[in-house]
Amino acid sequence: MSANTKRTVQFKIYRYDPDKDNAPYMQDITVELEQSDKKLLDALVRLKVKDDSLAFRRSCREGVCGSDAMNVNGKNRLACLTDVDELPQPIVLRPLPGLPVVRDLIVDMTQFFKQYHSIKPYLINNDPPPERERLQSPEEREELNGLYECILCACCSTSCPSFWWNPDKFVGPAGLLAAYRFIADTRDQATNERLDNLEDPYRLFRCHTIMNCVDVCPKGLNPTKAIGKIKEMMVRRAV
Amino acid sequence: MVNRIVVGAHYGLKDWIAQRATAVIMAVYSVILLAAVGAIGPNTYEAWRGLFANGFMKFITFLFFISLFYHAWIGVRDIWMDYVKPTGIRLVLHVLTIFALLGYAGWATQILWRL
Repeated sequence: MSANTKRTVQFKIYRYDPDKDNAPYMQDITVELEQSDKKLLDALVRLKVKDDSLAFRRSCREGVCGSDAMNVNGKNRLACLTDVDELPQPIVLRPLPGLPVVRDLIVDMTQFFKQYHSIKPYLINNDPPPERERLQSPEEREELNGLYECILCACCSTSCPSFWWNPDKFVGPAGLLAAYRFIADTRDQATNERLDNLEDPYRLFRCHTIMNCVDVCPKGLNPTKAIGKIKEMMVRRAV
Repeated sequence: MVNRIVVGAHYGLKDWIAQRATAVIMAVYSVILLAAVGAIGPNTYEAWRGLFANGFMKFITFLFFISLFYHAWIGVRDIWMDYVKPTGIRLVLHVLTIFALLGYAGWATQILWRL
């Protein structure tokens, strides 16, 4: 082993335990990493060994479950997909902005999922199910690419000022991406109801196209484009 | 009354299109006005008056003001919606905004056709 395999990383971490702390504070802490520790999540797991009061969510550790979304050096990212060595130190970790903090890096996602559920994220088709499957042409299927891959980590919605301000009324980029996923689906029969559901001044039109969502999406998706397509469909329906 | 969240006023699309259409009109007007002022170079009251005495200029300036006030209505209403939560106060502010903008529109028209 060469001398640089072990390295020390400095952190500044948002800490808040409502049972013990009067107010949130930033904790300075360093941790020694092994050679095998590549991702920010590896470092957090090391940190947890050092200080087991630190709370964060994690599950699959490979960017599929969307549990470990957090604000890293001012940008929402997944800890498991972020190379720890590429980050300037001290690495500043905060919970996702705009949602109530449960403890440390854990936020209450209720509002986020409420908005997600409000767009009915499931196929609505009243025809009797066919013998085998509801078929789509390759072109029709192609339209769903870039939509179905969302893992609901909330990186996008919690980086959106419109969602910060009106989380109860504005659906947010994640929900709108999912909405378009079903609006675009040729097997879905509720297109009109779905468009009606979004046609008020808040739910869709609070998006002012600042594209923070595109900037942070760890899956490289483009909610702004999906929102644009919903608007386009509404215009097509109206004129 | 339980304070349930109510959304679904069906004017989102209309206002969104109107805001964009009025923005285009204002942008085009700005170019036309700059070009006209650049070409004529009015430096007296009479020259300025001559510029707006032209029928086309009157028409497009009127359109500009109408666009401006409609655009402002949507923008100002969004501000009230963001910062004023009690429904009663918000409604009063909406109505006052509409009255003020209508007044301005009438006033602008009167000035234009007085020239």
